[in-house]
Amino acid sequence: MNTQRKNYDVVVIGGGITGAGTARDCAMRGLKVLLVERYDFSTGATGRNHGLLHSGARYAVTDPDSATECIQENMILRKIARHCVEETEGLFITLPEDDLNYQATFVQKCTEAGIRAEIIDPKLAKIMEPAVNPEIIGAVKIPDASVDPFRLTMANVLDAQLHGAEVLVYHEVVELIIEQTRVVGVKLRNNHNGETFNVYASITINAAGIWGTLIAQMAGVKINMFPAKGSLLIFGHRVNNMVINRCRKPANADILVPDDAVCVIGTTSDRVPIEECDYMRVTPEEVEVLLTEGMKLAPSLGTTRILRAYAGVRPLVASDDDPTGRSISRGIVTLDHEKRDGLAGFATITGGKMMTYRLMAEQVTDLACQKLGVTKTCQTATTPLPGSEKKPELKKYSFAQKASEGRHGTLDANVKHGDVSNDALVCECEGVSVGEVRYAVTKLHVHNLINLRRRTRVGMGTCQGELCACRTAGVMGEEDGAQRAINDLAGFMNERWKGMQPVAWGDNLAEAQLTATIYQGLLGVDKLAKERRLEYYEI
Amino acid sequence: MATETQTKNVSVNNFEQCLKCSICTVYCPVSAVTPLYPGPKQAGPDGERYRLKDKEFFNEALKMCLNCKRCEVACPNDVHIGDIIQAARIKYSTQKPKLRDMMLANTDFMGSMASPFAPIVNPMLKLKPVKGILHGVMGIDKHRTFPNYAHQKFETWFKKEAAPQQDQYRKHVTYFHGCYANYNYPQLGKDFVKVMNAVGYGVHLLEKEKCCGVALIANGLAEQAKRQGEVNMASMRKAIAKGHPVLTTSSTCTFTMRDEYDHLLGIDNHDVRDSISLVTRFLQQLIEKGEIKLAFRADYRKRIAYHSACHMERMGWVPYSTRLLRMIPNIDFVMLESQCCGISGTYGFKKENYERSQAIGEGLFQNIKEVHPDCVATECETCKWQIEMSTGVPVMNPISIIAEALDVEETRKLNEK
Repeated sequence: MNTQRKNYDVVVIGGGITGAGTARDCAMRGLKVLLVERYDFSTGATGRNHGLLHSGARYAVTDPDSATECIQENMILRKIARHCVEETEGLFITLPEDDLNYQATFVQKCTEAGIRAEIIDPKLAKIMEPAVNPEIIGAVKIPDASVDPFRLTMANVLDAQLHGAEVLVYHEVVELIIEQTRVVGVKLRNNHNGETFNVYASITINAAGIWGTLIAQMAGVKINMFPAKGSLLIFGHRVNNMVINRCRKPANADILVPDDAVCVIGTTSDRVPIEECDYMRVTPEEVEVLLTEGMKLAPSLGTTRILRAYAGVRPLVASDDDPTGRSISRGIVTLDHEKRDGLAGFATITGGKMMTYRLMAEQVTDLACQKLGVTKTCQTATTPLPGSEKKPELKKYSFAQKASEGRHGTLDANVKHGDVSNDALVCECEGVSVGEVRYAVTKLHVHNLINLRRRTRVGMGTCQGELCACRTAGVMGEEDGAQRAINDLAGFMNERWKGMQPVAWGDNLAEAQLTATIYQGLLGVDKLAKERRLEYYEI
Repeated sequence: MATETQTKNVSVNNFEQCLKCSICTVYCPVSAVTPLYPGPKQAGPDGERYRLKDKEFFNEALKMCLNCKRCEVACPNDVHIGDIIQAARIKYSTQKPKLRDMMLANTDFMGSMASPFAPIVNPMLKLKPVKGILHGVMGIDKHRTFPNYAHQKFETWFKKEAAPQQDQYRKHVTYFHGCYANYNYPQLGKDFVKVMNAVGYGVHLLEKEKCCGVALIANGLAEQAKRQGEVNMASMRKAIAKGHPVLTTSSTCTFTMRDEYDHLLGIDNHDVRDSISLVTRFLQQLIEKGEIKLAFRADYRKRIAYHSACHMERMGWVPYSTRLLRMIPNIDFVMLESQCCGISGTYGFKKENYERSQAIGEGLFQNIKEVHPDCVATECETCKWQIEMSTGVPVMNPISIIAEALDVEETRKLNEK
């Protein structure tokens, strides 16, 4: 065992959006921070949601406090994370089968929460969003938008680092180090090589999402989490350019979000045992529900190619007996375990939503600062994230440059453009160039193709890795050698298939067959791959 | 089951049916000669997804597309790649057509202006200083020579010399001659009339014929193309109502009216489309059914190399023409490898495209030179200009070859019964 003594003010556990945001806030307030993540950034609920920048309207009637938090954070993120946000606006539609009276309550509650909700003529709604169900009898326009959670997380990580934070991915907390009644650090395992070591910190912040309950258990602390599985479907291209919601109490599959070049329908909501959270599968019943309900929002979804299905687990904190989790508050839960459980040096930040990650980070950082006697106030609401200092121009460039600038904002300046080698595309669906891959590999904590996908969208397009995966593995193999690239490739293709399998019919199945023919039949990747690396279990 | 509706998965121009196999890019003549063109897959179905997100993703490089449709021929999944690219140009291009583009596009207007002055206009257009001005001021490449304008239009000849005799036939067809036969090369129309009359068909013209619009579409004038298309469709409906099929001699006009009207211009042509056919296909089908027979002169000898024009490939009609030509007993028939000649209508006339245009055609030119034919046969007039300019070998429309080789008296007798 390799033991080294390293001291921090704060160790943040969890590389989701909450952990990344907390690391950023702590670092900006001058704390010495270590952020640890067992796999890659945004592998939990952060990377498995709608990518919806909620206006809060969805919660206005049932959860007014969350609604108010959402709209405030919505307005903040438009400013500080503009390269991650697309200001699409949104609609809440009423269908003939819905109660139109709900609309009045809805608008009133939105207004109370500070959400600009404007009833518009259904005819106008159909002009604004031609994909919407033409049978709508009511429409309300609200300030929803689309956000890329991978980019948002990465931008927070980068800013944390710029402010001196250290970051360890593929490092898992296997033990909390407790001295008397205080958590003094964590024992980490390097998930690439199995080595373990201790790091010490005055405060350990548990921001591990649904897995936070397991972290707390290590200290004998019980957090009553409510793991609520939500499944979603990704369509091959955008059918809508505005977010479409159902104007009724939150239910299954009633939000359709345009994200990048695709659109996403979701979600379902079912309680699952904590042990299943690492192995989420989308069932045929869920696919059926998502499609049936989705077609009510935009009928053309029925005839649009589906690329993938995926599921995430909301880290809800149970407060009553509701078996669905729908009525549980999306409110933020900050637990000071010193006060709550008599265990000093340990705090948990949970509940909430991706939307309110910044506020969650602020609250738990306030707590940490108070314990450490730091008085510097929070700046995250007004300081733009790296990449968002100014609006991207999207002018005069090639497709790939426009796509890259759209993804990285001003950080695109780090991507080499303009020479044949760097401009060559590895991923044609999403316009990812060799230059962008090289930038991501050197600067954005990329250890494998799956990490790279989260940073650049490589393999997220229509072909789902069919052509881009081997080209990208080739570029990455320049550094790491061929065998590693082949192993990586095999893992990546399996991960892509996992999401395609629940919706494998029609063109999607044809695509998968062609992919299998290329990778198994032609290249023999399955025979050449030597090891199954641990990281692929993260999928 | 909602999943069942998924079996009806269809998208505009089938862009979602793309399996990303990239075969289209392999067959793209432009991608073969320049890395600056994104290629049909990128410019077509891939780019379309991002254009749906933001029109800023439209790229003027799409102008390099020849609209040859070879990508569509290559596609194993019936994605209308060329249509996606052309539709994107129509929808998103912010560049306005230049005066040059207007001139090149309005073949109809230019033809009717130039024809009466053909004896003056033709030599003038060949003068170096004139070419210099066209090149420098207009952007029409100096290497190009405009095809000669005919002093007498085909329509004028037809009305005077041929129309009166057409009613004597039992069966009838309507001829869409197109701009080239009308203003530049009336002999093509005359050859058509000669052959049709010999097999017992009277020839009539449309009540109103406008340029098919292919050059207008290519030059960003889709609205005008649509107006002209509607006029053609209305005239054709009348001809078809009389039981006359509409025959053509130009592959590109045919393709435009059958496919581009519907796919790119939104003209409803479903009731007309199947009645529009190229004359060689029409004859070949009748011969196969045993309804007509052709007799050829025994002394006709020629080494003929057939060039598959891109739009012939797209329609899948090459075999009709080649089978017909192969019926001529003593000819020496050579099939050239199917590849684009590079001119693509008005594309190759533009200064900025000239070098690319010639690079694309280079393979074909070499092939022709190696074969040493007496003439090249093809249904496309702009291929004709390109091949003649680049190889010096004369190019003939297959129907003109048939007319030349035909034993008119014998054919007449065979078809009288």
